[in-house]
Amino acid sequence: MNVIETKNISKLYKQADLEIRALDNVSVNFKQGEFTAIVGPSGSGKTTFLNSIGGLDSPTKGQVLIDNNDITKLNSNKLIDFRLKNIGFVFQSYNLIPVLTAKENVEFIMLMQGVSKTIRDKRSKELLEAVGLQEHLNRRPNQLSGGQQQRVAVARALASKPKFVLADEPTANLDSSSTSNLLDIMYRLNNDEKMTFIFSTHDQRVIDRANRIITLEDGKIISDINIK
Amino acid sequence: MEKIIKIAWRNVWRNKLRSLVVITSMVLGLWSGLFTIAMSNGINEQRVKSAIDTYLHHIQIHNPLFEYNLDINSYVEDPLQIVKELENNNLVKGFSSRIIISAMASSAHGAEGVRIIGIDSENEKQFSDISKNIVKGNYFSTIKSKPALIGQKLADNLKLDIKKKLSFTFVDDKGDLQRIKFKVEGVFKTASSIHDSGNIYVKKEDLNQLLFNNSMIHEVAVLCNNIDDSDILKGELQNSFPENKVETWKDISPELGSVQELMVWFFFIFMSIILLALSFGIANIMLMAVLERKRELGMLMSVGLNKTKIFLMILFETIFISFISLPVGIVLSYLMISYYGRVGIDLSIVSQGLESFGMNSMVYTHLPSDYYFKITILTLFVTLVSSLFPARRALKLDPAVAVRSL
Repeated sequence: MNVIETKNISKLYKQADLEIRALDNVSVNFKQGEFTAIVGPSGSGKTTFLNSIGGLDSPTKGQVLIDNNDITKLNSNKLIDFRLKNIGFVFQSYNLIPVLTAKENVEFIMLMQGVSKTIRDKRSKELLEAVGLQEHLNRRPNQLSGGQQQRVAVARALASKPKFVLADEPTANLDSSSTSNLLDIMYRLNNDEKMTFIFSTHDQRVIDRANRIITLEDGKIISDINIK
Repeated sequence: MEKIIKIAWRNVWRNKLRSLVVITSMVLGLWSGLFTIAMSNGINEQRVKSAIDTYLHHIQIHNPLFEYNLDINSYVEDPLQIVKELENNNLVKGFSSRIIISAMASSAHGAEGVRIIGIDSENEKQFSDISKNIVKGNYFSTIKSKPALIGQKLADNLKLDIKKKLSFTFVDDKGDLQRIKFKVEGVFKTASSIHDSGNIYVKKEDLNQLLFNNSMIHEVAVLCNNIDDSDILKGELQNSFPENKVETWKDISPELGSVQELMVWFFFIFMSIILLALSFGIANIMLMAVLERKRELGMLMSVGLNKTKIFLMILFETIFISFISLPVGIVLSYLMISYYGRVGIDLSIVSQGLESFGMNSMVYTHLPSDYYFKITILTLFVTLVSSLFPARRALKLDPAVAVRSL
């Protein structure tokens, strides 16, 4: 079953007299439990593509169907609500809330979803344990290493029980050991919980672990390889 | 909402130095503003009190023609009935019946136009502040024959001292020119140098001897138990004695009353200017906080924090700053205003200038308690308004762009 389906999405940016086509008629489907890497050179449209399927950016034309609902038709408030309930985000720069502890950062999404305190407490501890941070529940982001912060970000992304997780170059700021550690965790979550992960990345270590690799160039898909 | 408030509170302390600078500026703004107003208010209240206690009193009753030319024959009608009415009225604290004659006072060194005020010395002692304002000599106690109390300013102008003789020339009630000598027994000094330069107090009986109608009264001055009852008493007295003119202190000296009313506007305008200046500071700091946290705000929007919550978060941060500044600023102001309200601020270095406006050189700060409440409301309002621009700026962020910003 397709979790995400894009139909001929294009995105045009205008800069002065110059028209930039960031996405050009991209049609692609993602199934439940896929571990997909979106690769391509800088400016190929990877981030624009992730933003489009994450409802952060609306394509100039085309449709983005999540569970057969076209999110390009949703207004700003409905999109925010949609993202809260359906998508987990992992950003390149972690983007944790600096004034909250690791546990509070993970709980934050559930709090916005209206999850009860008991469940929030239980799930945030479980998720942080799953990413190996059970010893650091009450540390603030500035007391954690880059790798640890990104693991908190993964736990936060999963806290809302999303349909899929979008990760924009999640390992770009991590060293090898942290990258390997993070990939192990995400790979395990993908296998155990059938969580769908879609990465944009340049990192060969991530590409090597992916079971599907989509290559973008000049806003077009030039290859889509499934690896068994 | 609980988490939003928690984040907002912690955000206030993310950059402690910056928050403390804003808080300090708000505290100083409130403190200096309230103290300045308390000082102005204190000066004005003392000016009014001094004028009322010394020469204005709450109500004055005259013949309607008297105030135009101080005509000696324009005396108060039905004085005995007035006295009877005042003695039985619950609103009245005290009263004084006076003879007032326009005269020329002369000494060996010059002459000045003055008002001779004939008083009942014992009653006046209880009624007005004149006995307390004696700075030299005595209050009708040592000189038996025709003693006079003169103002410091007049004494300086005519180079008079105690026990010196002073001549008055005036037209009596028969139209004859009279000249009589009094001896200076005391010199008084009030907050108003104008009053001190043009008024001389003598015993009423000394003036009665010189007049054909020796029961005439030109002025009945009245003090109420409560200044706010002045208008009520005025109405009652005017109804009972329509042939006389009854005026409150505000009618006689409208500038004093209007200054009090102006003080309220002065308070709001002055504090509004201070708070407006502060609001730009707050807006600037909050805008900096928003722009510095673009990526974080972008992330919050990306993961599902709606615009209302983002807006509230910025709003709460600003409110928290004012919640810290307000009590500190108000308590500091209150303590300082209370202290100088007891001890006073000595402005004797500029006493001459102050006295020409009827002001004391010792200023006791005072601010009515409702002003503290008003300033709290005003500050909260200004704080809220100043947070709107940065909050709106936060809402305009594009999460996809903001989340990748440096």
